[in-house]
Amino acid sequence: MPAYFEGRQLVTPGDLIAEDEYIAGENTYREDNKIYASRTGLVEYENKKVNVVALRAFYIPKLEDIVIGTVVEVGFNGWTVDINSPYQAILRASDVLSRPFKPQKDDLSQVLDAGDLVVAKIVAYDRTHDPQLTVGEPGLGKITRGEIVKITPTKIPRVIGRKGSMISMIKQETGCQIILGLNGVILITGKNLEDEQLAMMAIHKINEESHTSGLTDRINQMLKEEKKKREEIKNEPKI
Amino acid sequence: MSQKSEKLIDKKGLRLDGRKPDELRQIKIEVGVLSNADGSAYIEQGKNKILAAAFGPRELHPKHMALPDRTVLRCRYHMAPFSVQERKSPAPSRREIELSKVIRESIEPSIFLEYYPRTGIDIFIEVLQADGGTRCASITAASLALADAGIPMRDLVVACAAGKVDDTIVLDLMDTEDKIGTADVPVALMPNLNAITLLQMDGILTLEEFENAVNLAMEGCRKIYTLQKEALKTKYVDVKEVEE
Repeated sequence: MPAYFEGRQLVTPGDLIAEDEYIAGENTYREDNKIYASRTGLVEYENKKVNVVALRAFYIPKLEDIVIGTVVEVGFNGWTVDINSPYQAILRASDVLSRPFKPQKDDLSQVLDAGDLVVAKIVAYDRTHDPQLTVGEPGLGKITRGEIVKITPTKIPRVIGRKGSMISMIKQETGCQIILGLNGVILITGKNLEDEQLAMMAIHKINEESHTSGLTDRINQMLKEEKKKREEIKNEPKI
Repeated sequence: MSQKSEKLIDKKGLRLDGRKPDELRQIKIEVGVLSNADGSAYIEQGKNKILAAAFGPRELHPKHMALPDRTVLRCRYHMAPFSVQERKSPAPSRREIELSKVIRESIEPSIFLEYYPRTGIDIFIEVLQADGGTRCASITAASLALADAGIPMRDLVVACAAGKVDDTIVLDLMDTEDKIGTADVPVALMPNLNAITLLQMDGILTLEEFENAVNLAMEGCRKIYTLQKEALKTKYVDVKEVEE
């Protein structure tokens, strides 16, 4: 029943993590009853299941995922969207327009042009087909304002925190609205640029220190200190 | 060839650069040195200086090369014009094309190619300074670049050469030893799976000598592997210290 690593220890690809009755989870693989790591990351035990929380990975589309993508190409009956993954996504014109799509009449680049950002949901994807997106639900669609932060997709759960503790704390402290794209792209919209920058700072810090413990408290502290500092600068008498 | 070879190992049993027969050259490895690549690594092994970059998996261009059931792994090994004493033409030579293939094939078994069909992974290896054993150092660096890019792998691949110089089996040959020595055996290894992914031989060895050379090279691989692993971990250790 041996396990060679403790929880939260750093492993590199090929490290033998555990043997026999353990179950190979994320970023691990089993060969001859032995479980090895397949990515650099931190070991995590879930009862008998062994996961490696990758420190560096890319996004693989999954049904129902909310993602944030950039339009890269306007086609004849839809758009090609870069969703920060090995596969480019397709967004169909008939999905965006609420009426029937007529190629002779409708100019697609008027609706969405190359470079535009969209919040979308993945509605179809498998090994043989590129992912297909939809924007036909509340909260989805073109992004008109806000700031974009990109992080490693595997760190999104860390930004959410346990039962959403981290994300709700950041929202509360900065007063910003935050949309998490599961592909590692985060949209922050606040009342002013300063609030947005504060939230961005917090997320960058999470990205860099995701593998340390007690992060929520430290982020909270950092945000409070930063707010105080900015307050002081504002209140300084102007000469 | 034979007159010179007397001098490769001196009376004390030391080699031209003062190494013992089973001693590696100085090795320095760094990971994540390029910001525009998905993953990268830099290795200095003796006078060798090699940079490796990895991209992907990403959409493959030209598209007709894509395979429906797995990723296409592509590799380019290239020597800079200034990497050797006499200027080397920057156009890929026959030797470089062959080495690209050899390196690709030694790394291919370590990657889960079937995970991402219809995509491509690219490896670029640039030799900035060459002093023998560049294919081995390139494999070591390329494997690290892939790991840095977050590509799922069965194991890291590490490579090292052994050979015969002045009737002695030696580890990690440098350029002069390679050129005037009797034989050169590069070996690439997946250390945790104990699987050899590359085995070549240039020169003449008896069966016994060959076995000794392979064993010595594998031993060398394992030594380099500890450095390789350390380099990969170091990238994240700096952040870990914040915890305290």
